[in-house]
Amino acid sequence: MELTAKQVMQVAALSRIKIAEEELSGLSQELSGILHWIDQLAKVDVTGVENYTDYQPQSLSEREDVVTDGNNVDAILANAPEKAHNMFSVPKVVE
Amino acid sequence: MMTTSSLTELSLTQAREGLAKKDFTATELTKAYLAVMNEKRELNAYITETPELALEQAKASDERLSSGKAGKLEGIPLAIKDLFCTKGIRTTAGSKMLDNFIPPYESTVTQNLWNAGAVMLGKVNMDEFAMGSSNLNSAYGPVINPWHRTDAPTKKLVPGGSSGGSVTAVAAHMALGATASDTGGSIRQPAAFCGLVGIKPTYGLCSRRGMVAFASSLDQAGPVARTVRDAALLTEVMASYDPWDSTSANVEIPDYLANISKDVRTLRVGLPREYCENLSSEMAHLLQQGVDWLKAAGATIQEVSLPTTPYALPTYYVIAPAEASSNLAKYDGLRYGLRVPGKSLDEMYENTRREGFGSEVRRRILIGTYVLSVGYYDAYYLKAQKVRTLISQDFDRVFGDVDVLLTPTTPTEAFAIDEKPTDPVTMYLNDIFTVTVNLAALPGMSIPVGLSKTGLPLGLQLIGPRFSEQRLFNTALALEEAAEFEQQVKLLRKVA
Repeated sequence: MELTAKQVMQVAALSRIKIAEEELSGLSQELSGILHWIDQLAKVDVTGVENYTDYQPQSLSEREDVVTDGNNVDAILANAPEKAHNMFSVPKVVE
Repeated sequence: MMTTSSLTELSLTQAREGLAKKDFTATELTKAYLAVMNEKRELNAYITETPELALEQAKASDERLSSGKAGKLEGIPLAIKDLFCTKGIRTTAGSKMLDNFIPPYESTVTQNLWNAGAVMLGKVNMDEFAMGSSNLNSAYGPVINPWHRTDAPTKKLVPGGSSGGSVTAVAAHMALGATASDTGGSIRQPAAFCGLVGIKPTYGLCSRRGMVAFASSLDQAGPVARTVRDAALLTEVMASYDPWDSTSANVEIPDYLANISKDVRTLRVGLPREYCENLSSEMAHLLQQGVDWLKAAGATIQEVSLPTTPYALPTYYVIAPAEASSNLAKYDGLRYGLRVPGKSLDEMYENTRREGFGSEVRRRILIGTYVLSVGYYDAYYLKAQKVRTLISQDFDRVFGDVDVLLTPTTPTEAFAIDEKPTDPVTMYLNDIFTVTVNLAALPGMSIPVGLSKTGLPLGLQLIGPRFSEQRLFNTALALEEAAEFEQQVKLLRKVA
């Protein structure tokens, strides 16, 4: 599978990672190399094989759906890059 | 009273006996380790040192030791991989993204260690978000392997990764043991590169709560240590059922150390054919030695086949990046970690993630996003899910005939920092023998058993069925005693 520069831009946009114009060709080469190597999976016959999530023996455990803590505003905001009025502050999103 | 340098020569289990007999205090032991950390700072093993906390904890340990209230790891100084959240102490995961992150809570694994009386020396270096096999992907610089090649003693070698700081700290006697984590080989490969014992337990044995996530269906915490007994004790304390981790296994944790036995007379050992192909003559010889040692101890050996093995690495490089792209979506500059401003919200996200992540992490997020995107999901992600089932079924089948598998841990010895492969796929091949174990949720363990022609440590790997950790420790003890690795090293140092 070859990844074109345009596809790299699309994937980068989906990933919310800024990519500089001059990186594009190197990156598309690198990612194509990895995908080409992954493409050998096409050779494996998986007819009738379950997804691993269904095959693996462990089931997810559930907790009771109750409130176990709260009123931790200071702890929650302690690492905030920017905060105001006991809230996270973000750039303007509504015009 | 022992001298300071002799204190750091003791193994963890020996130090525990010394503390119990009051040959020395936890404070003396901790000070001895803090002194070595000062001496060997150029190895860059620690990202954050916590000497004041260590001395405070050691003092509390001394009080509990004298009042007969000692825990299982009372007064034992440990290094903590910098992806276990430690309350009030910076936790970076080796990333610029989390450079200023101070967790408001403690990971379950580290809480278990503190409950048992352990002392924290500091947080150790790692590949960014545990992605790497060399520790060259850390935002805090490479870690230097304390071992040297006999033919090129000044060449700086990698310690392996991603738990490069953990293994260097333990191998250079800057900690008695360390926590580590393993998603595709990140405990076992660096343990092999630094002459240590490292175990990745069965998926779910140690809680993932508070461990910074890379690929949640593969991530598992485990220890690195200097001896099999040390690793057994650390695993027992780190493991626990945790309702706060939905994939935590609700199983009884045996007293691995008390139950340990090198009796392998009824043990059936499998040699997977696919792991024996194309080995270097040195590795093939080492594996044969392992076979001979276990045979001499009374085990029976048979060849087995795990036919899906050649597809394990490409499967891993679909599943791990897919899960990483999803797990790492939370680093958006809003609630914690780095924020780089932008004109719009989207631009802020893009600038933050560009600045905060290193090149390998960005590469894996891009691959992961691609294989999960519309149109490619079935061909890549679903396909890999099914091949993962086949890999798991291979193991289920052979564990009907044998009790454990014996393989090399890595294809080669540690490489030099300036010999880093430029092609990412070549670097990924480091995990060729270790990655299957994560895909099948099994326990795997590396034991140092030999030295390369250039005087570097080499490891063999044991793989067992789910929750067979006790069997792995027992088999590893038989190998450890037969290999006399410490003797080999002493001999080498005398000759060199």
